[in-house]
Amino acid sequence: MIVKQLSAFIENKAGRLAELAETLAANDVDVSALSLADSADYGVARMIVSDPEKAAKVLRESGVICKITSVLAVAMEDTPGGFAKVLHLLKNQSHEIKYMYACISRHEGKALMIVSVENVDAAEALIAGTSAGNVHPGDIYRL
Amino acid sequence: MAMLNEREETLSREELERLQSERLVWQVKRTYERVECFRKRMDEAGLTPDDIHGIEDLHKLPFSYKKDLRDYYPYGLFAEPLKNIVRVHASSGTTGKRIVVGYTKNDLDLWADCFARMLTAIGATDEDVVQVSYGYGLFTGGLGAHDGATRIGATVIPMSSGNTPLQIQNMIDFGATILCCTPSYALYIGEEIERAGLKDQLKLKAGIFGAEPWTENMRREIEEKLGIKAYDIYGLSEILGPGVGCECEYQEGMHVWEDHFIPEIIDPDTCEVLPKGATGELVFTTITKEGFPAIRYRTRDICSLDYTPCKCGRTHVRMRKPTGRSDDMLIIRGVNVFPSQVEEVLLSIGGGEITPNYFITVDRVDNNDTFDLDVEMSEAFFADDVKSIAAVERTIAEKLRSALGLGVKVHLVNPKSIARSEGKAKRVLDKRKLS
Repeated sequence: MIVKQLSAFIENKAGRLAELAETLAANDVDVSALSLADSADYGVARMIVSDPEKAAKVLRESGVICKITSVLAVAMEDTPGGFAKVLHLLKNQSHEIKYMYACISRHEGKALMIVSVENVDAAEALIAGTSAGNVHPGDIYRL
Repeated sequence: MAMLNEREETLSREELERLQSERLVWQVKRTYERVECFRKRMDEAGLTPDDIHGIEDLHKLPFSYKKDLRDYYPYGLFAEPLKNIVRVHASSGTTGKRIVVGYTKNDLDLWADCFARMLTAIGATDEDVVQVSYGYGLFTGGLGAHDGATRIGATVIPMSSGNTPLQIQNMIDFGATILCCTPSYALYIGEEIERAGLKDQLKLKAGIFGAEPWTENMRREIEEKLGIKAYDIYGLSEILGPGVGCECEYQEGMHVWEDHFIPEIIDPDTCEVLPKGATGELVFTTITKEGFPAIRYRTRDICSLDYTPCKCGRTHVRMRKPTGRSDDMLIIRGVNVFPSQVEEVLLSIGGGEITPNYFITVDRVDNNDTFDLDVEMSEAFFADDVKSIAAVERTIAEKLRSALGLGVKVHLVNPKSIARSEGKAKRVLDKRKLS
């Protein structure tokens, strides 16, 4: 499933990430997945949130730079080899993974990964018919 | 101690003033005929060269400014055709464009004399080995010291700056007796020598240090670490380069070679000439230089002039070490930096996507200047990865390096996080303790 990911620029100052979390909380934005990429001087927080547009709006108002991009939510069997199987599928079609991180799953026995690839639509079409494509909004969001 | 040009260096005040008057009249006339910028200003002031009879009329002449060098870039202020110009030097201007000055053969000669007078004053002779660790190139430091040392017949080691281990190795192997470089570099070299325990192997006895502000504390530290006498020198490329003002063996101010330059001290706000001994902005008129004559050039350096006789017997006035600037220029690692240059570079990036809001922090850590710049990140350059941010940082740093000739550490910060203020924003924090 293609989902909207919210990325935010985090400058390297104490408390910036906490401020961001507080802004989201104050506006009733639910965070289902979060990953931080960082260098010595700054970081990028990537999030799957309940309302990306609203989250972007409130963060911008608080002076944070953000961007919404499309990424894939991929399901995998919660058994040994489940992860490898999905990677194998994408690799065979030359989809290079830019980054990935885990997402909570609201259903037992199902593991979810957020995967960023160059061509999201093609990758989505590739996994749509497989078990990896077996993701529904209710798996990620509190509906 | 010996003097290089004993007659010129000991002229009586009366003789000096007569010489200055003669040379000023000559300089004003030829500059009026040859340099459009000066002619225009004279015309606007309703003056002709005939109104200038001597130094008593100096105060009537219009000022010239660093900005002129940009407006008439590159050769518009030269008073000689290029065929008579044998060298150019350049330094940073107030904005992106560098400023260029030109020298005739005679100019290089008088420059070498000015520097050589100082070397002679501090006891250097043709027996000495002078290591020049100022940068060679467009910067006037390297070649200025080089030509001065050559003039007295000393052995020159043209090291240029950088590669400190090799600097120290050569200093020892070649038996350098005099070191010329920026004071912060001298201190750095001194520390490295101390660390390596090589002080005993040095033959150094003196050093000539300038091109950036330094303090009496630094002087003592350099003298202690290198086991030498440390002398101060003043200069700027618009007037000449190093050698405009030079300490003698008594180190009680820098003699301004008045047979070549007339210094004045003015109030930077009212532009009135201040009485002798007062502190204000230093203004120079070059009365012998041919290629790039400067008439009442505003240096923006704040200092005072001491006309009392010096123990060394030289009659030329002594300037005190400049205590500040009447503009916002910073000197970082010997390089002149104007905040407006930084602003211009930021505005040139990404079609106005980077805001010209910035904050400069300068500090001195382990005797090296640090230069940090906060810049507001722009949404247009932000993607979902760290690489894109690193790329923005690199672009800004590279553009600044090429514009300023100086490395800078760029820090991207949140938009609108740099304080705005009405009127003149505070954009610089200089944490260097210079007293």
